[in-house]
Amino acid sequence: MGAKLSRVQVIAAYPITPQSKIPETLVKYVESGELGAEFIRVESEHSALTVCISASTVGARVFTATSANGLAYMHEQLHWAAGARLPIVMALANRGLGAPWTIFNDMQDSISQRDTGWMQIYCRDNQEILDSILMGYKISEQVHVPMMVCFDGFVLSHTVMPVEIPEQEQVDAFLPPYVPHLQVDGPEPININPVMLAEPRANAQGVACPSYMGFRMRLQETLEKAGEVIAKVGGEFGKIFGRSYDCLLWEYKTEEADTILLTMGSLTNEASLAVDMLREKGHKTGVVGLRVFRPFPAQQLRQALSGAKQVVIFDKNISYGNEGATCTETKAALFEGGLRPSIANYIVGLGGKPVAASDLEGATLEFLGMKGRVNGPQWLGISV
Amino acid sequence: MVLNDKDQTIINVTWHGRGGQGAVTAAMILAEAAYIDGYRGVTAAPFFGVERRGAPITATTRFSRTPIRTLTPTAKAEVVVVLDERLMQVVDVLGGLKADGLLILNSSNPPEKFCADRDIAVATSDANSIAEEIGLVVAGTVLINTSLLGAFSKASGLVSMESLEKAIRKNFNPKAAQLNFRGAQLTYEATRTNRVWHLPVRQN
Repeated sequence: MGAKLSRVQVIAAYPITPQSKIPETLVKYVESGELGAEFIRVESEHSALTVCISASTVGARVFTATSANGLAYMHEQLHWAAGARLPIVMALANRGLGAPWTIFNDMQDSISQRDTGWMQIYCRDNQEILDSILMGYKISEQVHVPMMVCFDGFVLSHTVMPVEIPEQEQVDAFLPPYVPHLQVDGPEPININPVMLAEPRANAQGVACPSYMGFRMRLQETLEKAGEVIAKVGGEFGKIFGRSYDCLLWEYKTEEADTILLTMGSLTNEASLAVDMLREKGHKTGVVGLRVFRPFPAQQLRQALSGAKQVVIFDKNISYGNEGATCTETKAALFEGGLRPSIANYIVGLGGKPVAASDLEGATLEFLGMKGRVNGPQWLGISV
Repeated sequence: MVLNDKDQTIINVTWHGRGGQGAVTAAMILAEAAYIDGYRGVTAAPFFGVERRGAPITATTRFSRTPIRTLTPTAKAEVVVVLDERLMQVVDVLGGLKADGLLILNSSNPPEKFCADRDIAVATSDANSIAEEIGLVVAGTVLINTSLLGAFSKASGLVSMESLEKAIRKNFNPKAAQLNFRGAQLTYEATRTNRVWHLPVRQN
């Protein structure tokens, strides 16, 4: 629906559970004429993203969607899309990777693609998925960096809940048609893929052009500033649609909280319930829910955690041999600010293992009982 | 019972059926009807996984006066609806029902025949015969999922028939909607209960 309202021009996707419903629905829109887009059928996710890259390169607004192994299969092209600075928006229904095989939810798939140069947004509910797709195009087309809109597979993708669908006219006012910043086949045709050398080199006109590293540096510089654009567009969205996203992370009862539960995606909902339960027992707790993971909102996170004595970080992923990714990144952000709260890292919900508010409450109470730093990640609720 | 805007009470409904009976569809239509009825928090979900025609499946509906903040599977429900009474022998249906809950069965038997040893409320309605009689049959399969929504409305008193009608009409073409709602109406009228059930008031 978000892709339809965004008036995407080219869609290429390959079905994979739990994403399948997205291309199925879009095909129906295209076939019925409700959406004037080209739906290109492909034999794999690698080709799906390649089609998107090609179409985006020549100036189309493009959309794709995938999950888990499909995303992994796109890996090479993910780097290409970001390196070529293409404003592609992808819906990602988060799912665990095999082996062993699973079709259920965790975030190992998108976290594994952390370093491809894509922006990553994580949604708490289905309204946020729709809204993030609409904002995604506006943001990506400003910064020329692709975006993954990530949401928990099954937990969100297969749960029906009320979603406010904006009027097409409102969306058109918010998101005008995409005007590419360069034209490959224009009056002055351009070549977009010369091999880059390590040092700057003059082009045919004698103008010095950036080196490979120069391109890389520009991508990094853009992502460093992209957080501001994400928040600004989120604020503009709020003015038109009444739902503001002018933040890179969500806070719940963080004021005067000495213990913060840190989550990402739909788990932020359960964490807010856990905090209500913990507060009833007299524990001053709050939730910080990461909305944006790339660019990483280090500064906002430092601010949100500045008063915390304990931080309990829940990760639906793990960087094997170390710990959960949001834990590592949070620690790095805190180090920069000289903040030293006690930190526990709980690995939760891998392969769709349900995580209830009472589980988060229990883990927090366990950690508070330990009164100190915990070495290494803890596995929540695993006996075998 | 009066539910106010600050009421965070969640009504959990678990549906038991067989793949192809439409339990997931019924769970979703009930969520839509509850939303039309004024509940601000509603969700519906299948038991996440893979399903096969004929195999036991479950689906859940949740609704509340305030937005719902949980997406985890329902452990114990206030109301359990069983589309095929024979599932009682294969699935631990009662294990997922609260001690003071309501059990709704598609059955030609009277409610007193079920769970007499428990304190639960039981409602039965012969949706099969009703659906067959009015021609709610597609490709040889008698469709009873929407009919049982009528039994839910009658036995629980939580969602009105007016809201159910609107939700059914949103999900089917006019002719099919008419038939499905007729099935729900007749099943509503044919619902028998062992006692009147009210949503238990719990201290948060």
